[in-house]
This record gives sequence, structure tokens and C-alpha cells, in this order.
Amino acid sequence: MAKVMVVTSGKGGVGKTTSCASLGAALAQAGRNVVVVDFDVGLRNLDLVMGAERRVVFDLVNVVQGDAKLPQALIRDKRIETLCLLPASQTRDKDALTEEGVGRVIDELREKFDWIVCDSPAGIDKGATMAMRFADLAVVVANPEVSSVRDSDRIIGLLDSKTRRAECGEKMEKHLLLTRHDAARAARGEMMKVEDVLDVLAIPLLGTISESPDVLTASNLGCPITLHNPTSAAARAYTAAARKLLGEAVPVAAQDKRGFMSRLFGKRATVQ
Amino acid sequence: MSILNFFARNRSAPVARERLQLLLAHERTLTSRSDLIALLQREVLAVIAKHIAIDQDKVIVKLDQRAQVSTLEIDIEMPEGAVIQN
Repeated sequence: MAKVMVVTSGKGGVGKTTSCASLGAALAQAGRNVVVVDFDVGLRNLDLVMGAERRVVFDLVNVVQGDAKLPQALIRDKRIETLCLLPASQTRDKDALTEEGVGRVIDELREKFDWIVCDSPAGIDKGATMAMRFADLAVVVANPEVSSVRDSDRIIGLLDSKTRRAECGEKMEKHLLLTRHDAARAARGEMMKVEDVLDVLAIPLLGTISESPDVLTASNLGCPITLHNPTSAAARAYTAAARKLLGEAVPVAAQDKRGFMSRLFGKRATVQ
Repeated sequence: MSILNFFARNRSAPVARERLQLLLAHERTLTSRSDLIALLQREVLAVIAKHIAIDQDKVIVKLDQRAQVSTLEIDIEMPEGAVIQN
């Protein structure tokens, strides 16, 4: 039974697209048939982060409007055979997505794939609501920062009211993915701890991705980090998150617990 | 810098957490009725306008939310010698 998962956040720039690419790749690396779908019509970027920007011919809007068949628009990843991308249109706007059309495409994708991972645009307007509309579960990406957490709370409210599932009275499964976290700063009280954000948002934690230069390197190269640098801390966190989504019991690493020495030197390093 | 200052310095995370908890508790109850203020303003004015001629621009509706009590304040400027219409 296929699962439709939306990766969303409300606020822009928190790591939705990076997380979508990394989780999609990690699920595919675990042997599942995965498609990542870019819903950011007009500002597509998932193609770039996936390294497929020069292979885009047709896009989601073309398929929604019936100008192209789904297989024509799907781009198969060159590194993992079970991973596909359905890019967004760069020239159209969000109004090109109709609920009926998106529903039809999602139904068709459900027949071909195990996981349909929808990359939501920022904001709470039509693009974002379309991306979450048919989702079975949601990954809410947040940074440990007040505006991001507030916007995530708003998105959680929308997930519980504007999705098909919510309207049918079914429970919407939601997971928190905390990105750009810095355990050393959290330990010093300069940044909210994982627990602080969990307390405020009250949804279960899928994983914590620490701030890391490896993440930027992977997107510079157009290769999901779980493929490019699988031993990096970020890749391991994404892989663990994917395994959790697959229902495996994976302990979430306690990122805030650091040794005395690393805390000491972490502090020293940033004292000005 | 005293040793006390050193340890108290820049512990802004607890403040962030507290501000969020307070704010979101209110926003969660309000977002489901995001049009509440506009609706209240319209309906209250309709009732008052039945009896008093009022200038729509001289009406201020405020909703103030605190931790314990929330207040709805409707400030209507009565025109000079407001005429009771009926």
C-alpha cells in the first residue's frame, strides 16, 4: 500500500527541499520504490538538489493539465534505480494546480510507487495546501528558532484541518524533523533544545539534523547527502529517520548530550 | 566580566521557549476563528446601528490576550447628539 508523505514547514529556508531529497533517497536506498514530487510551482528547486536540473522535459503542471503523460514527466535517478523525480513547473504559477488534477496524479503515482514524497513550497497558500491535500503522513521540518517553530505550529493546524484525511475524520500522522540544530549552543542555552521544540509543538520527533557543512556540499553537488556522504552525521540521521518511517524501531540519538570535553571546547571555540 | 555574568550570558533559549508557549496557546484557539474579530465587529455594529447613527471609521475593535484573561474591547465614538433613530 503506497504512502503519500508531505515534507512541509510553513517557513522558507528551513531545509524542506534538502530533507525531501535526503529522505526520498534514503527510502529508495532501503529498497523502496520512491518518487519525490516538487510542488513548488514557479520556484522549483528539488530538481537542482537532486542533480536532475538538466533532464527536466515535462513537469507536474503538464501532467495535471493532461499535456503530458506521467511516465514522460518522471525522471529516473541515475544513481539509485528505485528513485524518481516529478519536477515542478518553473514558468507557471500555483493556480495551475487543481485539486482534481493533483488527486488524479497522486492516484496514478500510488499505483507505481511505494512512497510518494511531496516537497511543499513555503507559505500556507494554494501550493502548500495542494502538497499536503492527499498526504497520509507529514514530516514537519523546523529549525530551533522562534519564527520557524511558530510557522510549524500553523502548518500542524492546517494538516489537522485542510487535508483529505482530516476532513474524513481520520488521524493525520505527523513527525518533526529538526534541522540546523547545534547541540553545543543548545547546551549553553543559546538555542532551544530538541526537547524545548518538542514540548512546544507536541508532535513526535523523527530526527535531528545538526548544522553541518556536509549538507551544503551535497546540495552544491546535486546529490542527496545519504548518497554523497553516507557516513556523515547528517546522512546517518536521515537514514535513521527513513528507517523510522518504514516502521523500524530506531532510537533517536540524543544530540544534546555531549561529553564534558567537547562541551568545554565547543564553548571555548565560540567565546569572543 | 564577573563569573556570574559569564554563566548567565546569552541564555536566551528559555525565553524563546516561553514566548512560543504563550503565543501558540492563543494562536491555536484563534486560527480556527481567524475571522472572529471582523465578524464580531460587523455583528456588534449592526446591532448598535439599529439604534444609533455611528461612523464606521470611528469604531475600534481590539482583542488583547494575556496568560489568564483575554479582553475584547469595542470602542465606538458617539457622534455629537447621537440621534436615536426609532
